[in-house]
Amino acid sequence: MPFRAEVKVLLRPGVLDPQGAAVERALHALGYPGVREVRVGKVVELWLDAADEAQAREQVEEMGRRLLANPVLERFTFTLAPVAPAATPAPRAAPGEPAARSAALAAPAAPGAAVTPPADRRPGREDREAGGP
Amino acid sequence: MRVRFGILVFPGSNCDRDALWAVREVLGQEGEFLWHQERIPPDRFDALILPGGFSYGDYLRAGALARCSPAVELVAEYAERGRLVLGTCNGFQILTEAGLLPGALHRNDSLRFHCGWTHLRVENPATPFTSLCREGQVLRIPVAHGEGNYFADPDTLAELERRGQVVLRYATAAGEVTPAANPNGSVGNIAAILNQRGNVLGMMPHPERAVEGLLGSADGRLIFESMIRFLTA
Repeated sequence: MPFRAEVKVLLRPGVLDPQGAAVERALHALGYPGVREVRVGKVVELWLDAADEAQAREQVEEMGRRLLANPVLERFTFTLAPVAPAATPAPRAAPGEPAARSAALAAPAAPGAAVTPPADRRPGREDREAGGP
Repeated sequence: MRVRFGILVFPGSNCDRDALWAVREVLGQEGEFLWHQERIPPDRFDALILPGGFSYGDYLRAGALARCSPAVELVAEYAERGRLVLGTCNGFQILTEAGLLPGALHRNDSLRFHCGWTHLRVENPATPFTSLCREGQVLRIPVAHGEGNYFADPDTLAELERRGQVVLRYATAAGEVTPAANPNGSVGNIAAILNQRGNVLGMMPHPERAVEGLLGSADGRLIFESMIRFLTA
């Protein structure tokens, strides 16, 4: 079953967020003196296949703990929902193919399109030799 | 006997050659690169170096993706077997992400990439990485990072202090630990942390960039020479 998860990663309370502080100053400069605090985090959107919702939830929880958030500095929450296969994004465009990327954002996949396999997160220089001088 | 150093190379490492130069050309030891996808026989090296750079472009968090590579599992094995592991800059970030050192490194409080000379006060000379230093000695070694702001929760920090795991602190040239001498906002001006067992050191400054007078300082040699002494004693 295909699912879509949205993992929200925020700095723990008490961890100084210099980026948030800079954004706060900029908002004040733009004329929003009422802004009292800004914290900047990140959102990781991911699609996955799992046997059922419980398994999907368990996996996303584990991904958050093991990689997406650093427990020393950050905490995370996530939402999870089943999606129709057509709602999964098109296969990732290769670097340097902006047309394909925008198509993936704009056009829903054809009905019955295959579920996208997890894209390899590694960059393409994996096979570069580490040469000595 | 010459020490066999293995230097890990990740996509985006950029201090690997400096590290190799330091151990091989300057210090006359053996040194070799290890591509991060390699699995190396466990007895091949006496010490591993995780060099500086921007592994995986610092995507997600600095060091977060590099720690998923096969070579870093090897680092954990080496650490368990009591070999020496030195992580500098991005290498320090990878070691914390891998859980081999406590705490984490986040964005500099200035939000700026900080590149320049720092003075480091030696807090603990009784380690394999600082045995040639005196307590309170000031080393002049450069830093170059955007995410070197060391953080650990207060309990962890108290433990680190109590066990002497805080090895170097940012200080003035006279060795005073002051807020102004702190380039990145690290708690307690911490520049280097040792693991509990005492064989894994992470430091944000770059000792490999301070191994010859021509580079402006040779104080970084003390770190490598201490390691060599420990391994050949």
